Amino acid sequence: MANDDVFDRLTTCTVDVLQVKPESVTPDASLSEDLGASSLIQVELVMAIEEEFGISVPDESVEEIRTVDDLHRLILSLVA
Amino acid sequence: MNGKGSGGRRVAVTGIGVVSACGTGAEAFWEGLFRAPPDGHRELAEWDPSPWMELREARHTDRFTQFAVAAADMAHRDAGLTEVDAERSGVVVATALAGVSTFERQSVIHHERGGRRVSPFLVPMMMANAAAATVAMRQGWRGPCESLETACAAATHAIGHAARMIADGTCDRMLAGGTEAAITPTIVAGFTNMRALSSTGRTRPFDAERDGFAIAEGAAVLVLEDWDTAVARGATIHGEILGSASTADAHDITMPAPGGGDAARCIRLALEDAGVRPQDVRQINAHGTGTLRNDEAETRAILSVFDECPPVTSTKGATGHAFGAGGALEAVAVLLSMRHGRIPPTIGLTTVDPALAVDVVTGEGRTWQPGPALTQSFGFGGHNGVLVLGPAG
Repeated sequence: MANDDVFDRLTTCTVDVLQVKPESVTPDASLSEDLGASSLIQVELVMAIEEEFGISVPDESVEEIRTVDDLHRLILSLVA
Repeated sequence: MNGKGSGGRRVAVTGIGVVSACGTGAEAFWEGLFRAPPDGHRELAEWDPSPWMELREARHTDRFTQFAVAAADMAHRDAGLTEVDAERSGVVVATALAGVSTFERQSVIHHERGGRRVSPFLVPMMMANAAAATVAMRQGWRGPCESLETACAAATHAIGHAARMIADGTCDRMLAGGTEAAITPTIVAGFTNMRALSSTGRTRPFDAERDGFAIAEGAAVLVLEDWDTAVARGATIHGEILGSASTADAHDITMPAPGGGDAARCIRLALEDAGVRPQDVRQINAHGTGTLRNDEAETRAILSVFDECPPVTSTKGATGHAFGAGGALEAVAVLLSMRHGRIPPTIGLTTVDPALAVDVVTGEGRTWQPGPALTQSFGFGGHNGVLVLGPAG
């Protein structure tokens, strides 16, 4: 799976769940501080990503997610 | 007891907010009380929460909470409240069925797609206190914030409870009312199978042909204020909460006790709390659900308290039955009837059941000299609630 394609699909999920503008979804954007996602919304985002990519994110990985890039790398590791 | 009759602080109503298929906003609602509604359940088909919350928040907020937030905001603005002591300001918002639509949708997801797809927002969206909590958060009010669940008597109890907190000095102002958004396929099936719903989708209170009610959704919230505080800030006073009472039938989980004895006791206690004599009551906004049993038991209760029956109306013919919001919608109807000098008619009523010997207001309504008025609510579980309202002044 191409990197860009993964990032685009991640962006679509993030825009939909967090109701933010696509341009705000940058790799270094913090989910809570920059994108205003509460912890429950972050859970919802992870669920949407699991659905989109057909993956299962382990609970311990969820706790380490801070930025969009963290999510991106996590997806790449799980779809590989 | 802390009503006017027992020397507590007086409680003014200074704000009215209402969200209903009958009309959203006080005056639209008032006009709706004079119109026959379309047959069927009274859904807010075109409901749009965007004036009150962003889409992002609305997605995680059940409809019953959205209605409450909107009604509370309208009431707050109507009251013209600016700076308040947040710690002396409280919220009581009732509901009967809370976030059932969220629960129903998530149950389908659970069944079809498994537990891992159930929303992490399920619990905070469906919990019965979500409406009260969200209203308190929106206003930043940090006094008591409570929810009350006594089925169809809940909003009446909520207003009575909130008024007491002002009367006894716990708070200086309260947002109080009820909200409901329970027109879901499963809930409708449940009510249908218990034979509570009208086969024609028409609520016909006190009618010889009555056969149950149409379900409504919506919310109504009042701003209640310590009378002297309201006067001091020059607030417009819509009316006064003179007193209230609460009793239980302790009889059956759905049927009212046949003689209406504890409902009658509730009326007497509320009048006592208010310091109002039965002969001084000028209007009763009845529970009047249009079910055979309710209207029969309620009539008996009224006739056992009043030697001469005051004018009785049921606004449920126009509004439908909004369960945990009903008592608040009806309190609003009474307050507006004081403003307009007219008691709204019992919509849907064509022929008064000859067995129900109360003085039912029909047709175009009836002019009246505003005075002490009752709203009565009776809930599944045998919960009885009565409020005594008075005009401003």
